[in-house]
Amino acid sequence: MTDISQTPDAAPTTKPKGGSLFEKDARTKRRNAAESRFKMYGIAAIGIGLLMLIVLVTNIVTAGTGAFQQSFLELNVELKADKLDKKGNRNIEDIKKVSTFGYAPLIASALESEVEKLGIQTDLKSKAMGKILSKAAQAELRNYVIANPDEIGNTVSFRFLVNSRVDGYMKGRVTRESIANDKSISVEQLDFVDQLRDAGVLYKAFNPDFILGADASDQRPEAAGIGVSMLGSLFMMLVVLALALPIGVAASIYLEEFAPQNRLTDIIEVNISNLAAVPSIVFGILGLAVFINYMHLPTSAPLVGGLVLTLMTLPTIIISTRASLKAVPPSIRDAALGVGASKMQAVFHHVLPLAAPGILTGTIIGLAQALGETAPLLLIGMVGFIASNPPDGIVAGFLSPNSAMPAQIYEWSKRADPAFYERAWGGIIILLIFLVTMNTIAVLLRRRFERRW
Amino acid sequence: MNDMTRVERTVDSKAIKIAANNVQVFYGDTHAIKDVDVQIEDKTVTAFIGPSGCGKSTFLRCLNRMNDTIDICRVEGDILLDGEDIYDKRVDPVQLRAKVGMVFQKPNPFPKSIYDNVAYGPRIHGLAKNKSELDDIVEKSLRRAAIWDEVKDRLDAPGTGLSGGQQQRLCIARAVATEPEVLLMDEPCSALDPIATAQVEELIDELRSRYSVVIVTHSMQQAARVSQKTAFFHLGNLVEFGETGQIFTNPEDPRTESYITGRIG
Repeated sequence: MTDISQTPDAAPTTKPKGGSLFEKDARTKRRNAAESRFKMYGIAAIGIGLLMLIVLVTNIVTAGTGAFQQSFLELNVELKADKLDKKGNRNIEDIKKVSTFGYAPLIASALESEVEKLGIQTDLKSKAMGKILSKAAQAELRNYVIANPDEIGNTVSFRFLVNSRVDGYMKGRVTRESIANDKSISVEQLDFVDQLRDAGVLYKAFNPDFILGADASDQRPEAAGIGVSMLGSLFMMLVVLALALPIGVAASIYLEEFAPQNRLTDIIEVNISNLAAVPSIVFGILGLAVFINYMHLPTSAPLVGGLVLTLMTLPTIIISTRASLKAVPPSIRDAALGVGASKMQAVFHHVLPLAAPGILTGTIIGLAQALGETAPLLLIGMVGFIASNPPDGIVAGFLSPNSAMPAQIYEWSKRADPAFYERAWGGIIILLIFLVTMNTIAVLLRRRFERRW
Repeated sequence: MNDMTRVERTVDSKAIKIAANNVQVFYGDTHAIKDVDVQIEDKTVTAFIGPSGCGKSTFLRCLNRMNDTIDICRVEGDILLDGEDIYDKRVDPVQLRAKVGMVFQKPNPFPKSIYDNVAYGPRIHGLAKNKSELDDIVEKSLRRAAIWDEVKDRLDAPGTGLSGGQQQRLCIARAVATEPEVLLMDEPCSALDPIATAQVEELIDELRSRYSVVIVTHSMQQAARVSQKTAFFHLGNLVEFGETGQIFTNPEDPRTESYITGRIG
């Protein structure tokens, strides 16, 4: 107030009595200062958020893109008929009798002849040279032969996975210094790798098996892929969609449009809201108790995972469905009832179509949430399971043990070999692509079908 | 008093469509409508007037049981449509609403095409055997609602894209498409401009030849223009009911006079 009484003295005499509008008084200045301070806080908050996001995304991309590339060694393997098919009648059962050990000598001799052909000088013994290949190499070759029995007797050019240490060396993760205490690879072997790389037979290439393949054991990170657990996630999402959408929508329509307003419905409403906030691991233990211990459904099965995630997703779907039903103006219901529609006709002909985009958005967001959920899967055995083969058939897809994408990522991040660490980040990239796609679909649906009334 | 006797004679000359006796409506503990007795004649426009919150809309909604959708609402007394109690246990409100159509305060076309808006009622009631019959009903209804010429070229356009007055006439077409016997209108012109209001009022006058029309309105001029009978509600009571001309020129009750002359309400 003192400021106001002082200003007229300094100002020209023609000044209005209540103070000039051209000069801000002290209160206005304080108010404006507070407002601009608040704007700054807001900008800072958004800035911090964006910065975190950028750090996160760059981190994930730099750490994870390596998983999509893998180092391969290309060799010409002679598939000797006397080793692989002694009877010579190309009977698939006989060919299958040759175990992976039977393929080891073929690969070893292929490597030796390749070294000889390229004129590489090395002191390494044949066995030490073979160590740069993946432990999965023999199995890979065996699978190839079983799939193509006609190739027996021919010499085929085959791309072998190399050991994860060698792959790490190719990607710059492993150096000569870092392997000082590493018994699984030596400096001489790395020199050998350099020679092969310079000769062009050892190279990095896109690895579709990471996206499509199955998980592999601790010893073979280079062979591990996320494909089978992606199928596991897919089957779980099918269960969630098939159960949570109809149950959730039916429950919300009943509660919103038909149920009487009484204490019981109030209690149900409060509990649904509370269920949405229940930690997902609680749903996991519920699933363990009910679906596995009591109903004896198979452990680790996507069916059980889907049931658990359904329980978890239902509150989300019910809440968003009820919100979108509430958002339909009552005048539409009145209009339908006014021309003599029954309540159900009013709901299904008019209210539900208008609420559909909201319901779909809620469902997709619920599904995305379920897709990324790991905790409940811990308890029903979908984590730690090594899915080595894709399920054969739809029924097996639901019932045979499998993992899920987030569970697979968690599993990889636990393992000792740093090569798995890279794969965990790669898995995160794939998972994020799925989530971003689903959320984009949700946003587009909302935009596309949003109606004004 | 001479006027009154003449009025009563006219009442007798026309059939009573809806007779409400001793109607009470409660919203929870609130007594919203007290002891209302009204006789609504066939082929007549009856206007309900009164200040906001006096219960005229509530009473209107009792006539086709739209209040059933409100959980806490309770209706007592008899409302007879052609001598049948509409609150009888045997009455299905859905069937009743096909006979007693309703037009709402805010134009509320379905967010569908103009055609579908009008065809919806006949479809759910099975009034048309085939597409051409349905087309006929739609055209007839739109003609009755005096909107056919404006929309006949764009029946596939969304009903929500019309202007306010057109939307309201579309809603009237939708209401008459189910061949109702009574048409309830809850402040049908309150969201419309004067020109659209004039069109709708003209339409109401035409509708009188086929239906019994009950209209709730805030505008006393409108009541005077369109109605033959007027009921004045105040604080949940039916204060006065009679010939429109008489209510506006020579009301019996001092409250009616105060309201009409603008001293209350």
